[in-house]
Formats: sequence, structure tokens, C-alpha cells
Amino acid sequence: MSGQTQRLNVVPTVTMLGVVKARLIGATRGHALLKKKSDALTVQFRAILKKIVATKESMGEAMRASSFSLAEAKYVAGDGVRHVVLQSVRSASLRVRSHQENVAGVKLPKFTHFVDPAGASSPSLTGLARGGQQVSACRAAHVKAIEVLVELASLQTSFLTLDEAIKTTNRRVNALENVVKPRLENTITYIKGELDELEREDFFRLKKIQGYKRREVERQMMAAKLFAEEQLAEDLALKRGVSMGATTNILVGGGDKDEDIIF
Amino acid sequence: MAGRSNIPANNSALIAIIADEDTVTGFLMAGVGNVDLRKKTNYLLVDNKTTVKQIEDAFKEFTAREDIAIVLISQYIANMIRFLVDSYNKPIPAILEIPSKDHPYDPASDSVLSRVKYLFSADSVASDRR
Repeated sequence: MSGQTQRLNVVPTVTMLGVVKARLIGATRGHALLKKKSDALTVQFRAILKKIVATKESMGEAMRASSFSLAEAKYVAGDGVRHVVLQSVRSASLRVRSHQENVAGVKLPKFTHFVDPAGASSPSLTGLARGGQQVSACRAAHVKAIEVLVELASLQTSFLTLDEAIKTTNRRVNALENVVKPRLENTITYIKGELDELEREDFFRLKKIQGYKRREVERQMMAAKLFAEEQLAEDLALKRGVSMGATTNILVGGGDKDEDIIF
Repeated sequence: MAGRSNIPANNSALIAIIADEDTVTGFLMAGVGNVDLRKKTNYLLVDNKTTVKQIEDAFKEFTAREDIAIVLISQYIANMIRFLVDSYNKPIPAILEIPSKDHPYDPASDSVLSRVKYLFSADSVASDRR
């Protein structure tokens, strides 16, 4: 089973080798691209981190300022101002507009606040009797606080979104680097090994056949040579044998059993 | 997850507030408050008579509403429903913990800021080493 996880289950052919090589090239390119994306996101992430810390501090300031100004307004205009404010709420004049910002393919939300003139909820009557100045100062302080808070909210949302995106990207980068690429590489080595094995087998078979053929030829050559030699010898022997046989016959035969010789 | 959900390009959204009376009054004065035709408000006044259940319901309602982009919540109130705030992980609406007048701001208990601080300190340590 471990063999299955190490390499893809493919038929070791030249075509498959090409396909797997193309996939490896694709995986390498994708890995490089994702790595770049991750780096870009990290840079952005660091910048946002720094901004968040700075904005959190300025938020404290703004909130303190708005609390003080509210206390001032309440002191001057009386505690009843609270009820006036709470009762006169109708439609929000201070609203938020959200749009997207694209960082390396990740959509980050951005908030901007704006004053909606249609939704102005007749705030001008608050503090009409007394403390109008303090009330408007209080309002200005709170608008400023909202400004900071909206900025912080958009930073914080970007932070969370980016964090998630970086995690996903890094997971992909690691998956490509540690799972997909080794598996493809193993597959390529496997296919190459199998192809080499096949080639060796073929070579061996060819060699075997060649050797067999050569031996056969040699054997025939030997046979032919032997035959030729024999023939030659026979020829020679025939020629010489006839004359020699005659002489020996004359010599030997004439020695002891020629009846014509009387003495 | 947070990265997957799409971000609506809304060009007019509200800011919701869950806070004590003074903070709410201040922000209402700035013109944040909204009351729609069904008398549904985008803010919750928390005093000593408000139950945790009410805060929970308001939080759930504000985070589910589509016309709200940011939810401001006082930190001491966020601490009451910490489990809800921590389990919330959508990008919009953004949850923002704000300091309140009678409760000092504690950066350690802010779910986002604690992560920021952790990363930031790790970052600065790494940059020191370089």
C-alpha cells in the first residue's frame, strides 16, 4: 500500500512518461506561483498588523476624548439630553460604505464612513436650550471616534480574511511541495526504471539470438572446412595411393609368390 | 470559512452598537442610530436590568442582519458573551470591541488583538534576531 502513496498507479509507457513530466512541470510552476502569492500576502499581512496596533492605540485616545466631551455636554445641557437623543433617533445619517480591495487575488473588504444627507435625524434641536456648543463638540468627537473605529474595523476584517487566505495558500504550497511533486517524481523514476528494464530485456534477447546465429554459422563453416579437407586428403590419397599401391604390390608380390620366376 | 464567503459590495450599511447608555448616547448623537418602520433599532442599551439572554439575542440579530457592516460592542459586554464573540468568524459584519467609560480597556481579552499581539511580538523578535 505504501507503494501506492509514493507514486501514481500508471502503466509504464513512453506516453505516460510524457504526461507525468508535463504534470510535474505544471506542479512546479504552480508551486512557484503560490509561493509568490503567499509572500505577497504575508507582506500585506505584516503591514496590516502594524497598522492595527497603531490604530488600536489611537482608538483609546478617541474614545477617551469622546467620553470627556459627552460628560461635558451632559454637565452643561443637563442629564435630560440623553432622553432627547434617545427619543429622536429615526434614520442613520452616518453610514458605512463597503467595497473590495484585491490583494494577490484575495478580496479584502474596506469600509469607509460617509454622511447620508437623506437620513439626517434632526439632531440640531438637541441642546437648543443650553449647551449647544458642548453638544456639537460631543457630536464631533464621536464622529471622529467613529472614523477611527471604522478604519479599525476594516483593518481587522482584512486581518482575519488575510489570515485565512495565507493559511489556505500555505497549505496548498506545502501540499504541492511535499505530496504532489515527490509523487510525480517517483512516478517518473518508476517509469524510467521500467523502460530501462524493458530495453535491457530486448538487448539481451537480441544478443542471445545473435550469438546463436553466429554459433550456427561457425558450426557450418567448420563442417564445410572439414569436408573440404577430407575431400582434399581423399583426392591426394587416391592419386598417391594408386601408384604406391602398385609399387608395393610389385615389390611385395614379386618377392615371394611370382610363379614365373624359376630361379 | 472567512476567506470563502463573498463580500457584498454594499454602498450603504449601518453600524450597530451594543454598549452602556453613555456610549450609545454619544454615538447616537453622532448620527449612527437607525430605527426602521418596525421599530427595530440598530443599537442595544445595556444597563443593569439587561439580561445576558437579551445581549445574546441582539448580538445574533445584528450579526445576521445584512444591512449592518460593523458591530461595536463594549468590552465588558463582550466578556459576558465571550463564547459567542469568539466563535464568530465571518468577515462581515466586523465585530469591534471598544473600551467603555467605567471599564478600562484590556487588550489581552480582545480576541483579535491578542492574536495581533502574539504575531507582532513574534515578528519583532524575529526581526531583532536578524
